[in-house]
Amino acid sequence: MTATANSYRTQPDERGHFGQFGGRYVAETLMPLILDLEKEYTAAKADPAFKAEFDDLLEHYVGRPSPLYFAPRLTEELGGAQVWFKRDELNHTGAHKINNCIGQILLAMRMGKTRIIAETGAGQHGVATATVCARFGLPCVVFMGATDVERQKPNVFRMKLLGAEVRPVTAGAGTLKDAMNEALRDWVANVHDTFYIIGTAAGPHPYPELVRDFQSVIGKEARAQMLARTGKLPDLLVAAIGGGSNAIGLFHPFLDDSSVRMLGVEAAGYGLDGDQHAASLAGGRPGILHGNKTYLLQDADGQIVEGHSISAGLDYPGIGPEHAWLKEIGRVDYTYATDQEALDAFQLLCRTEGIIPALEPSHAIAAVKKVAPSMGKDQIILANLCGRGDKDIFSVAEHLGVDL
Amino acid sequence: MSRFEAAFAKGPALVTFVTGGDPTPETTISILDALVDGGADVIELGMPFTDPMADGPAIQAANIRSLGAGTTTADIFHIAARFREKHSNTPLVLMGYANPMVTRGADWFAAQCRKAGVDGVICVDIPPEEDAELGPALRAAGVALIRLATPTTDAARLPAVLDGSSGFLYYVSVAGITGMQQAAQTSIEEAVARLKAQATIPVAVGFGVRTPEQAAAIARVADGVVVGSALVDLVAQHGTAAAAPVRELTAALAAAVHGAR
Repeated sequence: MTATANSYRTQPDERGHFGQFGGRYVAETLMPLILDLEKEYTAAKADPAFKAEFDDLLEHYVGRPSPLYFAPRLTEELGGAQVWFKRDELNHTGAHKINNCIGQILLAMRMGKTRIIAETGAGQHGVATATVCARFGLPCVVFMGATDVERQKPNVFRMKLLGAEVRPVTAGAGTLKDAMNEALRDWVANVHDTFYIIGTAAGPHPYPELVRDFQSVIGKEARAQMLARTGKLPDLLVAAIGGGSNAIGLFHPFLDDSSVRMLGVEAAGYGLDGDQHAASLAGGRPGILHGNKTYLLQDADGQIVEGHSISAGLDYPGIGPEHAWLKEIGRVDYTYATDQEALDAFQLLCRTEGIIPALEPSHAIAAVKKVAPSMGKDQIILANLCGRGDKDIFSVAEHLGVDL
Repeated sequence: MSRFEAAFAKGPALVTFVTGGDPTPETTISILDALVDGGADVIELGMPFTDPMADGPAIQAANIRSLGAGTTTADIFHIAARFREKHSNTPLVLMGYANPMVTRGADWFAAQCRKAGVDGVICVDIPPEEDAELGPALRAAGVALIRLATPTTDAARLPAVLDGSSGFLYYVSVAGITGMQQAAQTSIEEAVARLKAQATIPVAVGFGVRTPEQAAAIARVADGVVVGSALVDLVAQHGTAAAAPVRELTAALAAAVHGAR
């Protein structure tokens, strides 16, 4: 679309900043590579062949477009607005993560890179990366916190089946943040042949922009599907946020539709009172980590505080810089859901719609549960069902006190 | 003449790094004394950070030990101020990551540096592209911003790296993290020649330099040699009793560097 002065869709600026957020806070070793990537991405965006290959793989390999689904029994149960879901959990590999991985591996090959690295928390991005590496025959190393390796065993096995090497990271708390540190260390040492497929819309410019662009297929499809099915736009979009890639993918194509409100849902863990949560916007303040300036969970000295969430995919002390900007300018509202609220919402969707959601979108469903009753029956909520819950049944069973 | 100019005027300089607060802030004060006694010409004091992305296992562990001991930013400035009371001539550089440096505002950080007698700052994750975050505040306070150049910094990019930097240029001889293998001597020599053709400030070379022999070889071509992980390893091994072995290694390194030409 054409950029206008009033558009919310023209960020970042040429230096990779979303307002005061974003940027390129990386070691000098990586800087030339980041600039190369930016140049290559700009060329790829203008290349119809790149887009054609991306679209073809999304259709025939990933299974897009994903359905737009009206949830009748959940709507009835909540007794307010109509609840619709964008069914990205039906994608190949079971989450939205694959959209981005397809885009990035095509970029990697354009740049002549022969080795892929990635970080992963819950393992969904690791599985998606391992999948595209198998599809294109590139060696793949996935860094995963040792704690996460332990709590996400099925995904670790999936990655290995797909031919990836999973390297457990024992530094720190052994979760997503530490995996990202280790991936950056590997990248610095292997810049000549290695492409780093970052899993969320964060990191140094141009990652937040390109991940958003690849994930925007979610919002573009949903917007067209909703217009075709109902003749109007949704009143409210809802999506869960860890780094924020599924949310920005849904939100971005709607940002200039002033009638559409948006709600991002952070993970509040055990609640915002202590530090056992992962809500960077609600409980953090701006800082610099992993190549970008954004809201971070940190102490007074700027030391990063470990996040906590029942969902390993939301367990990150930062958030994509575009969300930080959208919060600051007030275009998107942000709220949070606790572990318990997510668990309740998880079970609600299973029971009312026959869909087992991942714990990540269960946070979005928890927010839907709160807001839908206060909205009119002619109003439409569109929530992103960004992943399926097969990977989570063991941890859910444990939380429910069920011995499998 | 600034402390940096004096330190590099005598011939090749030994630049030493230890992590502040490792294993405790009090011990760091005695370790810094040992570095000066041993003959170090420039001191880099690492500011601990929870996420030291450019560091290898040795310095990562040092960061964890320091934060585990409760080291705060106030402790780091206290260590710096104590150092400056005792050692009026040796340049002191704070080295670390952006977030702890800018979290109270760059102006606050620059003012604290000046007050504590810190001569320069190395910030690993603020490249020239993001200079506005910290550079103007440091320059206004008269504190040198020391930038890193790496094997991936080509001739076209080097002027941007040099612009606004002072004190010395830190050449990271390996594309990688701290404490790993040293670069081949020939590649170091080529790189130093390339950098010195454009730089008007001294060029110090670091990453992977552990022994007096390696240090001497680099000192024959560069203005300074940086040793970090080898000293940090001694701190890991000896803890609160690290000052004596640190002094001993520093003396051997200093003799090698100062006698190289």
